[in-house]
Amino acid sequence: MTVLLLADVSGGDLSLDATASAATAAAKLGPVTVLVCGTQAAADDAANIDDVSAVLLAEGSAYSNVLAENVAALIQSISNQFSHIVAPATSTGKNILPRVAALLDVMVISDVIEVVSPDTFKRPVYAGNAIQTVKSNDAIKVISVRTSSFDAATLGGSAAVSAVETESEVGLSAHIEDKVAVSDRPELTSAKVVVAGGRGVGSEEDFTIISALADKLGGAVGASRAAVDSGFAPNDLQVGQTGKVVAPDLYIAAGISGAIQHLAGMKDSKVIVAINKDEDAPIFQVADFGLVADLFEVVPELIKRL
Amino acid sequence: MKILAPVKRVIDYNVKVKVKTNRKGVDLENVKMSMNPFDEISVEEAIRLKEAGIATEVVVISIGDKKSTETIRNALAMGADRGILVVDDQGVDIEPLAVAKILASIVADEQPDLVILGKQAIDNDMNATGQMLAALLGWGQATFASEVKIENGEAVVTREVDGGLQTISVKLPAIVTTDLRLNEPRYASLPNIMKAKKKPLVETTSVDLGVDIDPRLSVISIEEPAERVAGMKVGSVSELIEKLQDGGFV
Ligand SMILES: Cc1cc2nc3c(=O)[nH]c(=O)nc-3n(C[C@H](O)[C@H](O)[C@H](O)COP(=O)(O)OP(=O)(O)OC[C@H]3O[C@@H](n4cnc5c(N)ncnc54)[C@H](O)[C@@H]3O)c2cc1C
Repeated sequence: MTVLLLADVSGGDLSLDATASAATAAAKLGPVTVLVCGTQAAADDAANIDDVSAVLLAEGSAYSNVLAENVAALIQSISNQFSHIVAPATSTGKNILPRVAALLDVMVISDVIEVVSPDTFKRPVYAGNAIQTVKSNDAIKVISVRTSSFDAATLGGSAAVSAVETESEVGLSAHIEDKVAVSDRPELTSAKVVVAGGRGVGSEEDFTIISALADKLGGAVGASRAAVDSGFAPNDLQVGQTGKVVAPDLYIAAGISGAIQHLAGMKDSKVIVAINKDEDAPIFQVADFGLVADLFEVVPELIKRL
Repeated sequence: MKILAPVKRVIDYNVKVKVKTNRKGVDLENVKMSMNPFDEISVEEAIRLKEAGIATEVVVISIGDKKSTETIRNALAMGADRGILVVDDQGVDIEPLAVAKILASIVADEQPDLVILGKQAIDNDMNATGQMLAALLGWGQATFASEVKIENGEAVVTREVDGGLQTISVKLPAIVTTDLRLNEPRYASLPNIMKAKKKPLVETTSVDLGVDIDPRLSVISIEEPAERVAGMKVGSVSELIEKLQDGGFV
């Protein structure tokens, strides 16, 4: 049996990193067919991922905004050819997959970090304070995978692309608008370096020193929930249990205390640097290098000297 | 317009969770339990819609043992009108699919126009029940909401997505799941806590509702994650730069 992988697409384009990481996980389960709800160009990009043996392109207008109702109905209509339905655990994957699972009367397994066998998976629970191993007894396994836990599949493949003819416009929802931040920085969840700021940064204006250090290092910008709630940074930068999960080579946390919900999103980073003026801040318990100091002195100096 | 808001009793978000030595679960003895924070946000949103004259009744539902009565009473003290407790004493976490089936059967009975749920429970972190309920009912879904407006028989919802924000409209009846920035839940006042004790609360069970809640997943084990060893404190920016450069990290 083969695996259906729902590609992550936004604005018609393929999110290559997320899709290629999920392809690595999917390939452990069987030959991979990728479903692209987007453009021909996105399908061609998906066909380029090694580990992908076929690409299905759904170009219909019902799918162009990846609305859950339409895409889930489409997946349901082709599901009998597959043993597993997989998606990266992005906001799109998390929106659609549980709907697919319920349509098929099976459980969804969210945020898989390890494929133990075709029916057994590891996933974090309690904000990553425990790792659960679960075995699915369902006929079709529906799983979302945490992209930071799998290396992206390499490129160079040339899978055949075929069109999906059916069009399922369920008519329950409609897209109005996207407010997507455009940035030249690397994508947060796949960046090699992340510089993150917390409540300690104090204001939206001062948050620019966090971005400036990120730019100096060619990295992405992250934020704690408190920084987002206070309006210092936009919501898509939130790292944590209920935001994005990152595992860069280098994570620099400035003015972040290190609540478990934040650690859940970054503690798998290779090297963690913490800058905090409170020497008892819990972030120091996970930091490889901790500096007890005022971030307004340290960060500008790092920008100058790195 | 009637709104249903399901609430789950979970380990309080401030508690440091400990895995049991038998690797079968986490320690729940003498641990502070609270309403799932995302569910507080959904109850708050439902109450605000009522205060704005859009909703007429807010019904909260909890599925769990008798202690979940407390969670329902909290929601009633915040301002919900009545509660339904689906009693389950088995002491195991009920899977989102089963929860969605129970809720679907209550929806069939209650005929709400909107069900607002938290986007995820902070214990199993599945992020699934709302989407599953929407599928079972054949309703539209607006997940991860940071703004909800009800107009012309639709919910216009701004969603927190990976790239930023997305606004969609869903026809009512619909499912909305809440994200952190939708609102700040109120604290219940003492008089309202007293009043909540008199609000109607009925009990039922999954058997009475005729819903099969047998799990589809077997939990083989629960383990502690790999412990990260704390590193070192550096004394100055120069030392930090030296360490980062020596390690080849920058
Ligand atoms: C359901 C739920 C989900 C959540 N999900 C997330 C999530 O996904 N991600 C997340 O991050 N949080 C999440 N949280 C919130 C989390 O519990 C914490 O409240 C939050 O992470 C705190 O952010 P912070 O560290 O920036 O702020 P604080 O805890 O206030 O810490 C600020 C730190 O800055 C330091 N500081 C202040 N000034 C300076 C200075 N000049 N120089 C250096 N240091 C300074 C202080 O010493 C302090 O340690 C969630 C909470 C709940 C209830």
